[in-house]
Amino acid sequence: MIWRRWRALSARGVMGINRRNSDYIMALNPRQNFPIVDDKLLTKALAIRHGVPVPELYGVIATPHEIRNLPAIMADHNDFVLKPTHGSQGDGILVIVDRRKGRYRTSSGRLLDWGELEHHLTNALSGQFSLGGLPDNVMVEYRVRFDAVFNDVCYQGVPDLRVIVYRGFPLMCMVRLPTRQSDGKANLHQGAVGAGINVATGLTLPAVGVGNVVVDEHPDTGATISGRTIPHWEHVLDMAARCYELTGLGYLGADVVLDAERGPLLLELNARPGLNVQIANQDGLLRRIRMIDPLVGQSYTPEERVAIARDLARRGYQAERAA
Amino acid sequence: MRLRHLLVLVLVLTVAGSGLFYYKWQVMGFPVQANRDAETWTVEARVNFGRASTGPVKAILLLPTAPPGFVIFDEQFISRGYGLTTEDDSVARRAIWAVRRARGEQSLYYRATLFRDEADGIPNLSTAFPQVPRLEEPHATALEELVSRVRQESADIVTFAAAAMRVVQGSESTVRLFLGSRPEPAMQADLAIKILHSARIPALVIQALRLGDDRREAPLEYWVVVHNGSEWLFFDPLDGSRGLPNNLLVWSWNADPVLDVEGGRGAELSFSMRRTIEDALRVAELRAQRQHPRIMEFSLLDLPLQTQGLYSILLLVPLGALLVVLLRNVVGISTFGTFMPVLVAMAFRETQLVNGLVLFILIVAFGLSIRFYLERLRLLLVPRLSAVLIVVVLLMALVSIFTHRLGLEVGLSVALFPMVIIAMTIERMSIIWEERGPGEAMKEGIGTLVAAALIYMMMITPEVRYIVLVFPEVLLLVLALVLLLGRYTGYRLTELVRFKALAGAGK
Repeated sequence: MIWRRWRALSARGVMGINRRNSDYIMALNPRQNFPIVDDKLLTKALAIRHGVPVPELYGVIATPHEIRNLPAIMADHNDFVLKPTHGSQGDGILVIVDRRKGRYRTSSGRLLDWGELEHHLTNALSGQFSLGGLPDNVMVEYRVRFDAVFNDVCYQGVPDLRVIVYRGFPLMCMVRLPTRQSDGKANLHQGAVGAGINVATGLTLPAVGVGNVVVDEHPDTGATISGRTIPHWEHVLDMAARCYELTGLGYLGADVVLDAERGPLLLELNARPGLNVQIANQDGLLRRIRMIDPLVGQSYTPEERVAIARDLARRGYQAERAA
Repeated sequence: MRLRHLLVLVLVLTVAGSGLFYYKWQVMGFPVQANRDAETWTVEARVNFGRASTGPVKAILLLPTAPPGFVIFDEQFISRGYGLTTEDDSVARRAIWAVRRARGEQSLYYRATLFRDEADGIPNLSTAFPQVPRLEEPHATALEELVSRVRQESADIVTFAAAAMRVVQGSESTVRLFLGSRPEPAMQADLAIKILHSARIPALVIQALRLGDDRREAPLEYWVVVHNGSEWLFFDPLDGSRGLPNNLLVWSWNADPVLDVEGGRGAELSFSMRRTIEDALRVAELRAQRQHPRIMEFSLLDLPLQTQGLYSILLLVPLGALLVVLLRNVVGISTFGTFMPVLVAMAFRETQLVNGLVLFILIVAFGLSIRFYLERLRLLLVPRLSAVLIVVVLLMALVSIFTHRLGLEVGLSVALFPMVIIAMTIERMSIIWEERGPGEAMKEGIGTLVAAALIYMMMITPEVRYIVLVFPEVLLLVLALVLLLGRYTGYRLTELVRFKALAGAGK
């Protein structure tokens, strides 16, 4: 039974963690480039240089002493996001949607007073959410007002798009939709649901929820998830493809949010993207990667890579490839 | 390229590890199982003689030399007042006791401890063709007749020798001429040699002791060894059977008297023996020390006992690490930290498994609730960690005191849990609890405990502990295996479940 399952998975080109780590992350992602993705401030700066739009940075808090600068930083903004620059998997991100009479309302509806906010910031600065527990900085940035396309399939929070970029080719995508269970966070580990996206068309596929079951209806709102067209799809893929030059990483995950006014914005990059995207797309990553491998060694512009990737997707990643 | 490099490295490690293991096992004779007993014998030769008047005495005793099938690993000479020298040529060793003045009944002892060993060979005996014995009539004619009879009844050296043994057992007149009416074994053996030498076959008489538990006053037996051109064959002159029984200890490679006393009267030699059971490991150690003293100087068994005890634990850590690799990369269970399970398993060694599990869960659960309480006080990270650590220490003390009050001694062993491990477990668990939810925290916690329990069970297996202490080179094999697993790109077993949906929809 184990062997049959094994054969079935490998026939579909499903990538396992061991293979991802040894053949892709270790082989294609040079360690010295990891700070680019681990430090969100650096990611932001490089993204701007490469013409990839990001949420606007309001300010940075580097020490507990600077917490008192926060009122000045947020003076012009009623809503903002507090984000540890070295946070992983969405840990420690605080989204403030409104503030009134010294109280701060988070995206999940909790009201925080200044003390609670200060405590969260102190924890984040001392490294509670960072990789390895090292002291960290906190960014104060623009809160994304998400595009209406996901309004009825999203429980609070920000739905984000995850694009797997292999050697600069956007190969597999999904949209992660926060649920009540995930506390408004777009993280599948925390209970969000993920839906694959057809790279060629930008149309969503049925979603996969907790326990990796296929659910086509959002668990909280009940609206159908599949068949939605992602706005600015071409632009999203283009941004993701540019992240290859930006980071020099051959295998990465780009997290993009759709803002109602500003269009797609790059939230963060991940040098060790998870494998659930395969479940959301009901397809194996290795199968798609093997279609790209013959092209290795030639150089393409991001636009060309997007075109090739979409062309492959249109053909269902079958062997006969456009010249 | 990188893969080939790895494979070569793995191959080298495997060959080195298994080669050393094989050498120690087969050549040096280290047993692969603990507590397997080796058969050892203590053989005592007692020399008794009297001395009527005061005067110098010299007693020469032949000592066993390279007995086939046995190794002597200990020898003692007990002789009060006597000066002792030993002589050694390649085929005979002698103990020479001498004293200037002796009076009355004298007793000298030689005691040898031997154990069975298949590997040993036979000393370098002369295989030159012997001279045909020249005898006076009527013996010469009688011998000729016997030789021709033996020759008739035989086809080659082996059957010739067997026939010679048979013939000397007979009672016909030609045989009686040599042996008299009441044949003695020594004379029978001597006649067999004469017949063999007449056919110019290299042969000699040896003296051997038949080992049996608690035998006293055991006599030396005469055996005939015959060289068939390529090897020495052993014959029992009493029944012509071939081959050395494995309880026969060759004492001397010639027929000369084993004991020679100058200046004494009524010299007697008697043998007694006792079978003793020694730890096979000790025997192997002693044998290795005799045969390969250089190698043994670099053995863990040569370390002080206390250090050995430390290493018997330390050497298990690589096996624990191997198990962690298997559980994480092949099975795919998640644990707190990489080697936390190994550390927890080492803590279990002191508390036993069930007690350890209960105490660990208890303390972590208490600690976790304290940690969540501290969270509400909004403390900084490091002070909070320190506070958790202090609470853990207090909890451990409390558990010990309460269980002691209740008469449960197991609670006392809680103090052996490394508290830093517990404090870190609590901290990590609480962060995962908050960030990924209780489910994930429980999953990792259970994974850690399952891994720790498995590692602990492996660690307490006596066979495993024995093997790594006596054959530390097996760790090279462990290293090779870990290196190979480092290139394992297959699915983890848990992924087969995780990607179930993808396998079902397969075409």
